[in-house]
Amino acid sequence: MIGDDGAIRLKVANQAPPKASDREFELPKEPPTADHREQLFALEEAGELEVLRVPEPLVKVDTKYGRKKKIPIENTWHHKSCGQCGHIPGYSSSIYWLNRQFELNYHDPREQTSCTAWNYYASSTSNPAAQAAVACRNFAQAKLDGYFPLIHCGTSYGHYKEVRAQLLHYPELRQQVRDVLDRLGLPFVFPEEVVHYSEWIHVMRHRIAERQVRDFSAITATVHPACHYHKLVVEDAIYDRDLYDGQRTAIVSGVVEALGATVADYSTWHDCCGFGFRHILVSRDFSRSFATIRKIERMKEEADPDVTLTHDTGCVTTLDKSQFSTQAHGRNVGIPVMSDAQFAALSMGAHPYLVCQLHWHGVDMKPLLEKMGIDHVGAWEEFERVAERLEQNPEAFLTWEEV
Amino acid sequence: MLPLYRDAKYTDVPTGDKQDLFDAVKSDMRYSHELYGCYECGICVAACPSARFYDFSPRVFAQTMAREDIHTFYELLNDSVWDCSQCFSCTCCPRQNNPGGIITIMREVAVNTGLQSAKDALRAYSRIIYKVMSTGTQVSPDMLQPDFFPDWGPDVRDVSLNLDVWRRAIPPETLHTVEMAWDVSEKTKLELYMIWKLTGNLEMIESVDEGLFMILEEVMEELLDEHGYDIDDYDCIVGD
Repeated sequence: MIGDDGAIRLKVANQAPPKASDREFELPKEPPTADHREQLFALEEAGELEVLRVPEPLVKVDTKYGRKKKIPIENTWHHKSCGQCGHIPGYSSSIYWLNRQFELNYHDPREQTSCTAWNYYASSTSNPAAQAAVACRNFAQAKLDGYFPLIHCGTSYGHYKEVRAQLLHYPELRQQVRDVLDRLGLPFVFPEEVVHYSEWIHVMRHRIAERQVRDFSAITATVHPACHYHKLVVEDAIYDRDLYDGQRTAIVSGVVEALGATVADYSTWHDCCGFGFRHILVSRDFSRSFATIRKIERMKEEADPDVTLTHDTGCVTTLDKSQFSTQAHGRNVGIPVMSDAQFAALSMGAHPYLVCQLHWHGVDMKPLLEKMGIDHVGAWEEFERVAERLEQNPEAFLTWEEV
Repeated sequence: MLPLYRDAKYTDVPTGDKQDLFDAVKSDMRYSHELYGCYECGICVAACPSARFYDFSPRVFAQTMAREDIHTFYELLNDSVWDCSQCFSCTCCPRQNNPGGIITIMREVAVNTGLQSAKDALRAYSRIIYKVMSTGTQVSPDMLQPDFFPDWGPDVRDVSLNLDVWRRAIPPETLHTVEMAWDVSEKTKLELYMIWKLTGNLEMIESVDEGLFMILEEVMEELLDEHGYDIDDYDCIVGD
């Protein structure tokens, strides 16, 4: 600016900028991304596809840019996860157990395939048309069965949102998918919202807390958010102004707080777990190094939690299974790992082995279970009695009624 | 232009061959949404898990593609491309780039072309591809064997020894399986296989692992035949 004396003077800041802790986060006035629901409904209006509506009863929650997302409470079609069902079955079992405890109507379909995205991100032996057709075949089946898809796997959730973005952008891809579905005799359907099971747990967290029978107030947990939940198509992940000031996803942390446990922060919260898709199966030296050095050791040194909780197949597997062999290198490991679903089920009194199937996990859970007030010795004896009975009768199975 | 790497391995590959593969990546419909420019700020590298343990950089991928440096591109296509974790942490890019997405496309091109480096990278992985393409589930309980996962500790041995009983000791009926993650109906498996055929995926498998392709085709087409499907009705309908 020019002063009275005609001299040019530069503006000089006379106040220090506010510290990060004093700044208030504000959402953008307009979300920076298009609303996929408006785009889907426009395509439906044009007769291109059918939008599968979120059924009542539902809960609306805030997402990253302040839009509301509809989360169905029941009438859900459980889109299972390869790694959960195959290697950590207490994960899926706990999700179903929670639904059953609240007497909610759901469907566990045999007519569901994997999203196949684990393979796609590992090997790229596929293409967009195949990936979109696999997604839409599952969604068509959900419609035919009369339910709304609830996605168990974080990668399926992220990949299906990626597929959605591609279908919305590329008319030629929609035509390819339509041709494939026509050949299979299936309708072209896409759900109004892609919903992850952990979002269902998030909106159910206060109802879960009302039914809590175990005291978790002495439990400290660290949270690992799945990359494919909050980094891959970011706009419809759940955020909450009261958690992390709305600047990190509220998923998982919300349920931990609701159940009275302490959420402990650590410096590598944003980091991946190291799963790597291809790496966890055939190059595990990388996964193991990353999971233990960047995640587990940081948590241990900075928060020393009783448990770390996450909400995806790959994250539970990598963070848990990587810890065993690194003990040989003297690494500072030894944190039990489980899903939010198992944690919530345990809070409501679920059996640690018959329902939560914790014997499929690697790290010793016994100190944690003791802190939760669970008689793990007696619980394991109960499991062994069941196993002995099943061993004597090869046609028998454990039923829901028994647990 | 010389490749970025002083220890470049593929200097004898004709420039035209490299250009063709580069063009194949750039012509993918997704490409224009994956790369907008690069500040060289390195935020993607800071967020990248692979960058911490490999000689790998998502920034180099973005830069190489933006500069159209086909020689460095070819080095990356045959080497670093398989180090990516596909976690998409790099989407924190302030220019909205998606280096992980570029890598997805590059890998597809490497597989489609049948590059030897792609075959090598996927050699140990073939049984997983077979599992997901034929059963509709990616991993199965019977994969939990101590010789396959020796580093996962004694629990893997316990699961393996008790597999049948422990699977029946899980409440959901769909999980009483050993060879599949869950019980996928036969009709559903066949529909999935038809998707692979109709979208040209089997040709991709053939180009990267002919043995795997032959087993997959034989097993699944026998099943299709048993169920009265005319296999010729399901030839690829997805064009380039």
